[in-house]
Amino acid sequence: MPTELDARQQAIVDEFAMLDDWMLRYQHLIEHARSMPELPEADRTDDALVRGCQSRVWIQTRDDDGRFHLAADSEAQIVRGLASLLVRALDGLPPRTVAEADLWFVREAGLSEHLSPNRANGLDAMIRRIRQEAAAASVDRTA
Amino acid sequence: MHTATAPFDVQRIRADFPILSREVHGRPLVYLDNAATTQKPQVVIDRIARYYAEENANVHRGVHFLSAEGTEAFEAARATIAGFIGAPSPREVVFTRGTTEAINLVAHGFAEAVLREGDEIVVTGLEHHANIVPWQMAAERTGARLRVLPMTPEGDLDTSRLGEVLTEATRIVCVSHTSNALGSVSPLREVTEAARAVGAAVLVDGAQATPHAPVDVQALGVDFFVFSGHKTYGPMGIGVLWGREAWLDRLPPYQGGGDMIDTVTFERTTYAGLPSKFEAGTPNVAGVLGLAAAVDYLTRLGMEHVATHEADLVAYAVAQLEALGGVRFIGTPRERASAVSFLLEGLHPYDTGTVLDRLGIAVRTGQHCAQPVMDAFGVSGTVRASFALYNTRDEIDALCDGLRQVRDLFG
Repeated sequence: MPTELDARQQAIVDEFAMLDDWMLRYQHLIEHARSMPELPEADRTDDALVRGCQSRVWIQTRDDDGRFHLAADSEAQIVRGLASLLVRALDGLPPRTVAEADLWFVREAGLSEHLSPNRANGLDAMIRRIRQEAAAASVDRTA
Repeated sequence: MHTATAPFDVQRIRADFPILSREVHGRPLVYLDNAATTQKPQVVIDRIARYYAEENANVHRGVHFLSAEGTEAFEAARATIAGFIGAPSPREVVFTRGTTEAINLVAHGFAEAVLREGDEIVVTGLEHHANIVPWQMAAERTGARLRVLPMTPEGDLDTSRLGEVLTEATRIVCVSHTSNALGSVSPLREVTEAARAVGAAVLVDGAQATPHAPVDVQALGVDFFVFSGHKTYGPMGIGVLWGREAWLDRLPPYQGGGDMIDTVTFERTTYAGLPSKFEAGTPNVAGVLGLAAAVDYLTRLGMEHVATHEADLVAYAVAQLEALGGVRFIGTPRERASAVSFLLEGLHPYDTGTVLDRLGIAVRTGQHCAQPVMDAFGVSGTVRASFALYNTRDEIDALCDGLRQVRDLFG
């Protein structure tokens, strides 16, 4: 029985696998970017800013009664799209699951090397930030 | 003198650069990131390989054949490079790791030997971080004050402010020959005259000058001129500081070690003369020889021809981008060399650059190590296409076609 996290990741990988042209994959990513709600200006705080990206990226997280929620935004559409996939994969899962998540869909869907070859896309930095916040949230709960 | 054959045959020149026949993402590489680094002609690559295959030995030290031969080649390279920038003497040519180290060397020397509390250092609003930060550090150490000669809204140096920014307290004016972010060519004559009038030295960051136009440091009338090998078709890790002998004599050594000394005892060390005083440790011999090979190559092509070819490319690029519509130029300087910075309206430069890359087109996106320039234009970054002697109008057409595809994708 696959976990909720694995099922979500598989769904993302399957979607990208159906698109055999890189242009279509970008389109798909951009559609994801467009369907993600914008972070309100008030949530685009310095604290929420993720360093290590060429475009500014903000990630807001909250622990809601054992469920870890996240919302993200970026100035660049491709980065917004990548962030939206992280939200889709992780939002609402228990904080410990998020903190320890093996995000294999990034590799399998070809997001890091094929769609955004530049380290400046900040995907690694976003994932690091989400894991840190989730780890802190899971510690808070056990404390 | 014009001969029957074209003086500048870009297709023949392209064949000298092996990397230009590469494909990226299954498409022919269109390399338009030359302000970051230029590609290397085969003669440079061969020179480095030959050095390590046949000539490797430490210079300035050995009595043996290879060392003597290496020293001779090394010093001949210094003379070649001195000639390339019109330096009166190879003694005034100091090898560094690059432009950044060359500026740090001068800034360090000024902090030690020249700057006092209340003195002023002038940088411009167009500078790369490498010509800002070392001076901030020097100012912090000495109590000197950093002042900024601003740029106009078009991205030219605002020379109307020279009289106000340069004062009797100004010790040095640090100015780029050509802006890496915008391509603006500085009116160096005016800046130098204003600096002379107040008795200040002038340092020119020539990193974006030597690849694109003939340079004559004596004609420029400046005191220091620095550039990088790797942006001038040479290897990475080698750069040049040219300084007037009187200034180089006055500045203290930058680093201590071998090669820069005259005599050493535990009580006291006396330093070697120029240029060794500033070249502690084993130098980057292969880098120096590679840079000299690049300089020889450029000299054979003729920098006037390079400049003419690139001026055509830049004018064509600006015209084609204008014709594309929906392009916001960041910087519209009076005189432009090599670089064109712009934004596709409504699109973040990262999105534009990422999709262009997928089409085999290499541009730079971001702040170009010139955050104050970006702030002045109120943008977080730009897309920068920067041209070199091997680029063609066809490649600019490919760029514009790529930008159309970017727009369709995000449209």
